[in-house]
Amino acid sequence: MYGATVDLFGSYALILALVCASYAVAAGIAAIAGRKVLLTRSAYQASLAACVLITLATASLVFLFLTDNFSVAYVANHSSRDQHLFYKFAALWSGQEGSLLFWSWLLAVYVFFVLWTNRNKHPELMPYVGVVLACVQLFFLILNVFVANPFQVLGTVAADGSRQVVTQPDGRGLNPLLQYPEMVIHPPALYLGYVGFTVPFAFALAALLGRYPGEKWIHITRRWTMIAWGFQSLGILLGAHWAYAVLGWGGYWGWDPVENASLLPWLTGTAFLHSVMMQEKRGMMKVWNVWLVFITFLLCILGTMLTRSGVVSSVHAFAQSDVGHWFLGFLLLTLVLCTWAYLKNRDYLKSENQLDSLVSRESSFLFNNLVLLAACFAVLWGTLFPVISEAVQGTKISVGPPFFNKVTIPIGLFLLFLTGVGPLLAWRKTSLESLRRNFGWPLAVGLLTGAVAYPLGLRDFYALVCFVLSVFVALTIVLEFVRGARVIRARTGMGFLRAVEHLTMRNTRRYGGYIVHFGIVLIFIGLAGAAFNQDKQMEMTPGTSMELGRYTILLQTFTQRPGPNYIAERATIEVLRDGKSVMLLYPERRRYNPSGMTGTMVSIYSTLREDLYVVYAGPSPETGQPVIHAYVNPLVKWIWLGGVVLVLGTGIALLPNRQPVLALRTTAEPARQPVLQPVPAARPQDAHD
Amino acid sequence: MDGAPEGEAVKQRKGKFLLAGTVILGTTAWLGWVGVTESKTYYYTIAELKTLSGAQAQRRLRVGGDVQPGSIERLRGRVDFVLEQDGHTLPVSYVGQNPLPDTFVDRAQALVEGRLAPDGRFLADHVQAKCASKYEAVPNPSTTTSSSVSSPAGSSSSGQPE
Repeated sequence: MYGATVDLFGSYALILALVCASYAVAAGIAAIAGRKVLLTRSAYQASLAACVLITLATASLVFLFLTDNFSVAYVANHSSRDQHLFYKFAALWSGQEGSLLFWSWLLAVYVFFVLWTNRNKHPELMPYVGVVLACVQLFFLILNVFVANPFQVLGTVAADGSRQVVTQPDGRGLNPLLQYPEMVIHPPALYLGYVGFTVPFAFALAALLGRYPGEKWIHITRRWTMIAWGFQSLGILLGAHWAYAVLGWGGYWGWDPVENASLLPWLTGTAFLHSVMMQEKRGMMKVWNVWLVFITFLLCILGTMLTRSGVVSSVHAFAQSDVGHWFLGFLLLTLVLCTWAYLKNRDYLKSENQLDSLVSRESSFLFNNLVLLAACFAVLWGTLFPVISEAVQGTKISVGPPFFNKVTIPIGLFLLFLTGVGPLLAWRKTSLESLRRNFGWPLAVGLLTGAVAYPLGLRDFYALVCFVLSVFVALTIVLEFVRGARVIRARTGMGFLRAVEHLTMRNTRRYGGYIVHFGIVLIFIGLAGAAFNQDKQMEMTPGTSMELGRYTILLQTFTQRPGPNYIAERATIEVLRDGKSVMLLYPERRRYNPSGMTGTMVSIYSTLREDLYVVYAGPSPETGQPVIHAYVNPLVKWIWLGGVVLVLGTGIALLPNRQPVLALRTTAEPARQPVLQPVPAARPQDAHD
Repeated sequence: MDGAPEGEAVKQRKGKFLLAGTVILGTTAWLGWVGVTESKTYYYTIAELKTLSGAQAQRRLRVGGDVQPGSIERLRGRVDFVLEQDGHTLPVSYVGQNPLPDTFVDRAQALVEGRLAPDGRFLADHVQAKCASKYEAVPNPSTTTSSSVSSPAGSSSSGQPE
């Protein structure tokens, strides 16, 4: 078997990568200190070599999974022969050791592209960036090699002291909760987010350490930050969807520490994406921005630490292990380094401008940042509450979802309000006239929506506010597109939709941003739906039915069904809405081989208006009849739709701007007018870019 | 923001921003404080639980332990089981609305939240469980691999979404 050699190959690749990364750090620092160009080059190449070696190690582990090599402990613990190929592959990141290697590998991919695309640029900045990136890489490689090595083989020590490899006949299989298609994309998306924030962090720290002039580091990292942010958003939403579709408790977010850990860097990352505009346009908030990106990176590390160390108990954290100490050490070291760099070079971050008016673009960014940070702090506080209270009072006290909801819902609504207002305020100061022009109609229609919805029975205060604001924000965004497109249409005579497309592509950052905002609005509408959730649980015999909302749930049959690596108990349920049959649902409970663990398969009938979410909750203890738990969750689909729009908007914002529509037509197409001017932006003073 | 003040106008503007900021942060802090008082739950070990008295025993509590093998009894309207921790045991009745998580089996590590009944039985309305049995006690001297889910999915107990 190649197995034995492949795991050795992987181990050695990791050790060599560790050597390369160490060299990249040492040579990089020496090169900066001695201003040696050749040494910089050599450090750069060592970094690239480390990336290639990590890739080889990761490929080895994948190979071991695909070839069912159960002499490797990690493979034996997370895979089994009859596991689908898909999940054999995804098992790579299903446990501590593998996911840390996966983390290293994603970092390697980022590092490779960052170094490669900037290889002949920014000669003053890149050596510092290289060193910072290599340091982070070194830390993860130390974990991969010494603390959580995924290539450990199962073995026994013989009497003479030699080790004998033991191969198990079959692995123990992937946790059934993970055997779901999103398992294959959710962790990579989230990790790409977590890991991706390393890039802006490295540039910010490098610029500070090297006193690199101007806002160039922000321009260089803008796309990288957006990529990381986009993946983080996608990862969080996929996680929520997974929880919703798999865990069977009818919700998508439970304020679990692991969920919170993913939200924290997202909040500060979002703040950073907005506040960099202040620095680019007005030379303000430089200290703030540098610290925001430091904090975002630190929160990524903290999040990883929380989920892997057992500091905070969570349903789906990794088991307790000493990895936590390493992360804590790295966290403190990074914090010390950042603080030192800041104290040493803080004069370099002097602000060039002052805030002018409370009603201005600047102040909307300021408040946006303030509330995002407040939300981040509140979530962090709530998550760490058991640790804090134990340290202060000696008793461990935890806070539950009511705490998080109480704080984050008003903050969220205020942010939603800013989402609508902020982008349309002028820099420095906004006139009353411009306020009326931009917000008059949307505000009127929004309030009207509220006035109509209230008598119709929409009485939940927060939900009502959320709907009013959503309508308001959506309309401001639509109006922006309409106004801009009208200007283009008037100048060029193109169709309205093409004008919208042109408008968007001409300033992708601004209009992509609007599309992201629109996605956020859809998500908020979906979240507000939770105020009207209903549920009901009932023991049913075939032929009986229960009523919930507009639905009648009729249990037709109850059967056993074998699957590839499980046996399922399955209920067949006919759904009737307003008396008409609309759908058959098949909620299941699976018992997986070889672990004997059970997994619930929720069945959902999803419409834009509401989801009917049906769980088979097991047989009744007394009668053996199936117990069915049904939920009606209004508007949940809007959350997923919003997610799609958000990712689309992020993608558009990443595209380069198309040149303004020039009228100089090609010779093949004779121009109707001799000369046309480039179309100016609709309101240049308001443009983001 | 961090520049030198330039006269009264600047001071006034700064004052406005400070006021607005204070209002926002103050409101958040107040909401946080109310949230904490409403939902705080005290962690105790099973051994500590037996020593609680008076008001302490009336509070909302959270206890962890391993589910004693064979102790899970599914009854109408509730599920009874026994939690073990360091040689101490605690009888628990789960009376919550949501179905118990799939990971709730014999020997699973469970966290229960609820209140202590006068007869010493724990009435839980939330149960979280982490399946330990699958991943531990393997004939495996080289590693102590164990994990459950590697990423932020939702909680397997109940919880109120926003």
